[in-house]
Amino acid sequence: MTGSDILLKSLQQEGVDVVFGYPGGQIIGTYDRLYDYDIKHVLPRHEQGAVHAAEGYARVTGKPGVCIATSGPGATNLVTGIADAYMDSIPLVIITGQVASHLIGSDAFQEADIVGITRPIVKHSYLIKDVKDIAPAVKEAFHIAKSGRPGPVLIDMPKDIQAAKGSFDYPTTIDLQGYQPSYEGHPMQIKKVLHALSEAKRPLMLVGGGVRLGNASQELLKFAEATGIPVSMTFMGQGAFPSGNPLYVGWMGMHGNYASNQASINADYILAIGTRFSDRTTGNFGMFAPNATIAQIDVDPTSIGKNIAVKTPIVGDVKSVLGQFLKYIKEYKRDKHAEDRAKWLADIAKWDKEHPFSYENSNKVIKPQYVIESIYNITKGDAVITTEVGQHQFFAGQFYKFKRPEQFISSGGLGTMGFGLPAAVGAKIGAPDRDVFDISGDGSFMMNVQELATAVQYRLGIKVAILNNQFLGMVRQWQQLFFDKRYSYTCMEVQPDFVKLAEAFGCVGLRAETPAEVMPVLIEAMKVKDRPVVMDFRCVREENVFPIVPPGMGLDKMIFK
Amino acid sequence: MKKHIITLVVENKFGALARVSGLFSGRGYNIESLTVNETEKPGLSNMTIITSGDDPVIEQIIKQLRKLVNVLRVRDVTSLPEHIEREMALVKIHVMPKQRAEHFGIIEAFRARVIDMTHDSMIVEISGSEEKISSYVELVRPYGLIEVIRTGVLAMLKGSTVTTETSK
Repeated sequence: MTGSDILLKSLQQEGVDVVFGYPGGQIIGTYDRLYDYDIKHVLPRHEQGAVHAAEGYARVTGKPGVCIATSGPGATNLVTGIADAYMDSIPLVIITGQVASHLIGSDAFQEADIVGITRPIVKHSYLIKDVKDIAPAVKEAFHIAKSGRPGPVLIDMPKDIQAAKGSFDYPTTIDLQGYQPSYEGHPMQIKKVLHALSEAKRPLMLVGGGVRLGNASQELLKFAEATGIPVSMTFMGQGAFPSGNPLYVGWMGMHGNYASNQASINADYILAIGTRFSDRTTGNFGMFAPNATIAQIDVDPTSIGKNIAVKTPIVGDVKSVLGQFLKYIKEYKRDKHAEDRAKWLADIAKWDKEHPFSYENSNKVIKPQYVIESIYNITKGDAVITTEVGQHQFFAGQFYKFKRPEQFISSGGLGTMGFGLPAAVGAKIGAPDRDVFDISGDGSFMMNVQELATAVQYRLGIKVAILNNQFLGMVRQWQQLFFDKRYSYTCMEVQPDFVKLAEAFGCVGLRAETPAEVMPVLIEAMKVKDRPVVMDFRCVREENVFPIVPPGMGLDKMIFK
Repeated sequence: MKKHIITLVVENKFGALARVSGLFSGRGYNIESLTVNETEKPGLSNMTIITSGDDPVIEQIIKQLRKLVNVLRVRDVTSLPEHIEREMALVKIHVMPKQRAEHFGIIEAFRARVIDMTHDSMIVEISGSEEKISSYVELVRPYGLIEVIRTGVLAMLKGSTVTTETSK
């Protein structure tokens, strides 16, 4: 059989039933063989759409997303999505076509050194030089992509290798001496943390996206309830701990809630779980958690001690390590400082009451926060929410209260505008029975608007809510607050008629211009199941995301309005 | 900012050197010298990297290197007291016939040797510690230094311990 067959059979061995891809000259042989395979192929309208869709699919299913593109421009169009997946630790396996082996380096038509271009943004990569290396590379790629700290792995397939004849013998074992992620944490370190937590008067857990990726929400919930320690999340951690729980504090950071940020400043002990301490979470590194001793659980040793000094590191998979914490729970004394603990929880409750996420609603103009609240209400808090990047992203984080880990799909690390629509396509394909909303801004929406055609082709009933303020709102907000209101090129003076645009693509287009129209538009949208709905919410133009911690400041320097 | 010597054992796979050097440039780490050579084990190379940074940076460098799939072993040799560092250099100097005797004296003192000589130049091979080579170069500079090519530092643990032991 051909190298292409070996590749496709290897994908099937890994349980791949959906791929997101775009054909082209140097991958045509693989596409020819794919035609005969029982693998669903989703054709986006741009390779960037393929890679973000694969991310959305991976987030909602927990399985690695697979995408395929041709060489040169096909491959370079994937780069933003690969970087996005690398920053947010999304497992992807990316297959790219490459010019024939003997032409590599000759500046052949559609040649690009994609392995070189993506080297700093992949977990690992392969350039296949022999047909017998295909199956082992695929086996390793899936193992590397999904184990340890997940991430993207790229396999570059020269055209002649796709055509070369070989036999299929899928390896049963993996021999990667240089890649041995830790699973279990060190029991001594775990006991040390349990003892320190017993002594703590104002302990806090800070939970990141790693708990969601590591499927450890159940263990976290049990541990929190066994210890009575309040839980704050990072932006990417949202959904890891149920918003209705009495120990839920909120989420920390630049646009996080006052209670979480105050808790970080006043805590005497912080147990960080599955977070890399992004600057958007901590504010100024030097001013973070000034009163706390910090312990950190992470599967990636480089996440520990990179930005924030850590007293007790635990390297291991969050699910296993939290399981170990539960196993040794008798080492923990819950009532040693019962009075202080009661006061601590009362303080957090008081902070939460002082400054909850809030906004002033209007009956004349649509407030973006009101749209999010309405989406929350109509979906009963159960929808899968993808976002683009900007103000709407943080309004979504503030006013949609997430209950479960797979619900919130956002580009946190790279901050990629244009992420949400293709991610919603991938999420809906991965979870066809869920309501999937892309919360968007008018700027971000235009960055991958072509993916509406993909959603129409596959009859995906996704909902796109554009919080349309005709501004690049987040940059405009920074210009207002930090650049003396000099709105340098952030005004979108011309935007298309989004309703007509939606209809031209074959979607349903709806518009709300007053607050009274918001709910009827959403009710109408929820009735549509067989095609995407684009909702143009004409929002007030200069709303700001508050609270905000100015960049470079500590989390105690919150601006509320 | 302390100088550190880090030795790596790396699989001879496509792009492995680029992954290591790219890590240093991409994350803004210092790199003073890097040598790569085959080991006695087939398929494995040894890299010796001279870098500098404060302790948290060095710790990050080591962890980031360990994260690379093709890197089998990372060792900060500087933290191990029993090790030897050596470097070799080829030094080309302007030497007129009447100055030769003077140069032979310096070469003798540094235990270097002459490996090429023309009527107005010579190439000297010198090996030893980085400092020794630097002081030789400074000493001959006023005579008319033409060029210096150095190998970069190699490091090896003393005793029977294997520097390129591959278990991480």
